[in-house]
Amino acid sequence: MGDQRVSRHQARWVGAGMLAVVVALVLGVSIGAVGIPPGRTLLELLDRLPFVHIDSGLSDRQAAIVWDLRMPRVLVALLVGSMLAVAGASYQGVFRNPLADPYLLGAAAGAGLGATLLIVAGARASGGLLDPVPLAAFVGALGAVAAAYALGAAGQGGRATATLVLAGVAVASFLTAAQTFIQQRNAESIREIYSWILGRLGTATWHEVALLVPYWLVTMAVLVVHGRSLDVLAVGDAEATSLGLATSRVRVIIVVAASLATAAAVAATGLIGFVGIVVPHAIRLGAGSSFRRLLPLCVLFGGAFLVLADLVARTAAAPSEIPIGVVTAFVGAPFFIIVLRTTRVSIR
Amino acid sequence: MSAPVRPLPAPGVPVAGAPALDCGGLSVAYERREVLADVDLSVAPGTWCSIVGPNGAGKTTLLHAVAGLVRSSGAIRFGGDDAGSLRPRDRARRVALVPQVPVVPTGISVLEYVFLGRTPHLSFFASEGPDDRDVVAEALAALDLEPFAERAVDTLSGGERQRVVIARALAQRAGLLLLDEPTTALDIAHQQQVLDLIDKLRRARGLTIVATMHDLTVAGLYTDQLVLLAEGQIVERGSPSEVLTESNIARHYGAQVTVLPSASGPIVVPLRLVVEGDAP
Repeated sequence: MGDQRVSRHQARWVGAGMLAVVVALVLGVSIGAVGIPPGRTLLELLDRLPFVHIDSGLSDRQAAIVWDLRMPRVLVALLVGSMLAVAGASYQGVFRNPLADPYLLGAAAGAGLGATLLIVAGARASGGLLDPVPLAAFVGALGAVAAAYALGAAGQGGRATATLVLAGVAVASFLTAAQTFIQQRNAESIREIYSWILGRLGTATWHEVALLVPYWLVTMAVLVVHGRSLDVLAVGDAEATSLGLATSRVRVIIVVAASLATAAAVAATGLIGFVGIVVPHAIRLGAGSSFRRLLPLCVLFGGAFLVLADLVARTAAAPSEIPIGVVTAFVGAPFFIIVLRTTRVSIR
Repeated sequence: MSAPVRPLPAPGVPVAGAPALDCGGLSVAYERREVLADVDLSVAPGTWCSIVGPNGAGKTTLLHAVAGLVRSSGAIRFGGDDAGSLRPRDRARRVALVPQVPVVPTGISVLEYVFLGRTPHLSFFASEGPDDRDVVAEALAALDLEPFAERAVDTLSGGERQRVVIARALAQRAGLLLLDEPTTALDIAHQQQVLDLIDKLRRARGLTIVATMHDLTVAGLYTDQLVLLAEGQIVERGSPSEVLTESNIARHYGAQVTVLPSASGPIVVPLRLVVEGDAP
């Protein structure tokens, strides 16, 4: 019945995604002020695999650049890229709206406000699950989505998609205004907050990697296993219920997990836009729009996309860096317009 | 107006020969406005029950209440089992709904769409197995959809699309099939095809059909029990010739019609309200 053809097709895409991740990793680690031959980078990476011992021929200084400076940065980009892409695709599915992403619904703005409040209060990221900054961001993100949902529901009897989007935009604007206000009132930390708003990966260390990994594992696992539920939700709440799906519960789980992913990403690297829209839509064009196939690919391609965007941010205007949020917007906004104009944006 | 409430059997006790669907005192209110009031309806297994009534009478709400899509009060039983005690999945294994205007995700293939019908049969982490594929293949075959399996549902014609939605409901393997105005968007030939197909499936598989119908004559053709719903209440029930009378239709629809008896059932013909020559 074509199942095998579909799974072969998917296997090819997963393979391509893994290749993209490896290529992005090697390029991200190799390219920079001190160039390292990509072949040696690959050997150096392989050397760290269990039971593999290869002499990559890197000097101690080069190895230090690879492991202390570039690797954590590349890994943070990889983790944040997957989280933003998968959160975007999940929001799109759960709200059946092609324009949904962590920014709509105010999730990112809420996370930003939560994190800003803590930065202003003088908190510093400490790593681990009890780090206050991602937790504050999570509270902010969930609060924002809940507010958008409640306002959207109050506007109409049902939770019409358009109403929800408008409510989300209003919530996002309000929270951004609140954040700007707090920022202005705390001039001493304005530089730090400002660079954080534009997105920053330059300060990423193993510390941020350790902070992100547990969030990444939990949210990616929860969202990817809900792929089939999202495919069922595509026929609307009423029909999904008639097919036996516990729609309210599934919706809450997906929104919470996507908001947690957004919050962790925002807490680690600030506001990086467009990943949640560009990556899922680009994949849909080639691999089809079933969420069961889409979400695992978003994990891979989202990560690779952000690593490469960070590479551009580091090298395009070297020796100075462009904020990565500017790079993703430069790539993302025109791409998004092209997608909107040339295809029927399909959501399911 | 409504029939006296029959005592219902105790919950949890399977009743031999129990009705496939049994509603007792079923009521639905939207924001305090009652759209379905105290409906008693019993449908024997393997029979076809058609529900007619003017727009806004509560026909769709009745189907949605039975499918568990809207909150209702009163009792709903499937083969004697209380619907309230069933988890959503279990309910969806017993009742399948063919909505009036199905939401068709853009680009979804017929095969993928029919596979959605397997949702209540799959545990959370499981993916479709050979059994599910067999059920889906069989549903596609029953509705002559095999040539369309790889086509996108949103590129099909109205009649083909309706068959795809029915195939999804068949893939649910539910004994009770709820059809919400299954032929409203179809021309007369496709109406005939789709309804004949449903009737064939009912006979072959012992399905119980509850269908809301727009066209009174067609409703009378395909039914064992005809129910007339008006303002949220069942006002008439019985055989087509008992329900489809000129006085009933005048009273509940406010329409002037002639009912012509025929071998296959009453034929309802609307009259022109203003006849030529009447004009001043």
